[in-house]
Amino acid sequence: MPIDSITLRNAVMRNIRAFFYDRAFLEVETPIRLVTPCMELHIDAEPCGDHFLRTSPEIFHKQLLATGYEKIFEIGKCFRRGEMGPLHHPEYTMLEWYRTQADYMDILADTKALLQAVAGIADSVWHQRTVSEAFLEFAGWDPVGNYDEDRFDIDLVEKVEPAFREIGGPVVLIDYPVEAAALSRRKSGNPLMAERWELYINGIEIANAYSELTDPTEQRRRFEACAEQRKAMGKEVYSIDESFIESLEKMPPAGGVALGIDRLLMLIADADSLDAVLPFR
Amino acid sequence: MYSASDLKKGLKIEIDGDPCMITNFEFSKPGKGQALYRCKIKNLISGNQFDKTYRSVEKVKRCSLMSRDYTFSYIDGDDYVFSDNTTYEEVHLNDELLGDLKKFIVDDMKVEILFHDDRALDITLPNFVEMNIAETEPGARGDTATNVMKPAKLENGFEINVPIFINEADTIRIDTRTGTYADRVSKG
Repeated sequence: MPIDSITLRNAVMRNIRAFFYDRAFLEVETPIRLVTPCMELHIDAEPCGDHFLRTSPEIFHKQLLATGYEKIFEIGKCFRRGEMGPLHHPEYTMLEWYRTQADYMDILADTKALLQAVAGIADSVWHQRTVSEAFLEFAGWDPVGNYDEDRFDIDLVEKVEPAFREIGGPVVLIDYPVEAAALSRRKSGNPLMAERWELYINGIEIANAYSELTDPTEQRRRFEACAEQRKAMGKEVYSIDESFIESLEKMPPAGGVALGIDRLLMLIADADSLDAVLPFR
Repeated sequence: MYSASDLKKGLKIEIDGDPCMITNFEFSKPGKGQALYRCKIKNLISGNQFDKTYRSVEKVKRCSLMSRDYTFSYIDGDDYVFSDNTTYEEVHLNDELLGDLKKFIVDDMKVEILFHDDRALDITLPNFVEMNIAETEPGARGDTATNVMKPAKLENGFEINVPIFINEADTIRIDTRTGTYADRVSKG
């Protein structure tokens, strides 16, 4: 009998929680309604009365790390306005985990172990490409040191993602141009790159990880630049969360990742649309 | 103008002056990147298919297609001339646009012509047309098999395949959608 998506979700969730409990991660709950959503150029928060719904729990997780928690994870709903398609739904389930004294490579090792445990993906089938390698190979140019946002985004979806689909299985796209760093820190030894990776499975983006940016001055500068750009695009500008910026002063080095649970279930179910795993969609 | 987020499968848009239709549509948003709308598009004039990706800030021109009722009037060289049922304005359609349909155009036929601005794109004939057989080899008496076909010349000189029992001066019905014989209306 084919397994239904409700039962599948339950089985995968149990395995995910068991994985993190075994490794002594603390499961945390952070606010879903917030006053100041984390500002990112292309992510729009859903208004909710005089609050917004979270687009990610990351700003709270980093504040927890700053107060002394070392290994935390959360599974919960996040909301992004206007994102709808076979691979998008405006309300979706995100898994995030963070650890201190770790960087994006440690988080990659966690991710491989997790996907081995919950999806049976063997270590031996993973591929890895730097952004420079992937773009030179599949799009004929190197975005590092030569970044063009529109060209980057369009070549990513038209050329790189289809090539990753061809390669098949998990492919890690790693070391982003610093302009696409989001909340990741610059790569040690190469200021043109950021310590960020994205995991693709069969060409579908599953997870996004950083060596977390912990420099409050740099973080404020990025938020301010982002606010300028959002304003120029006619998008709503969110205020800067001062308690978050303040907490970065005390935040130890850390790595963290956000992984889309619905897409993971879709891949485990061998489906090509979220329709297969979101029964009320 | 449409904004990129209005795009969807089946929508007709205008690109470089040509009417086009979106035949496939995919919302895409690469990690932390901008929303992209990936379309497969068919040019409704040339029939060419191509891929195009729109960014959310882009605008796309609306395409105004309109159908109007016409009546076949006369042949002018290679053109078939139709007149608008309400304004009597004439429109010339050439061989290329009509294709095989020109075989089934008869006097005073009512047709529908699809326009993009002032450019005729397509013509729709009535589903069935009655025409007389001008010339065909005589069929064997009593042979009513419909699966054995022979060529016949229509009243306008074009040829069509008809069952063996059809004779000169018979009136037949032709399905204009398939361009094939449908049935016999009356014996000549």
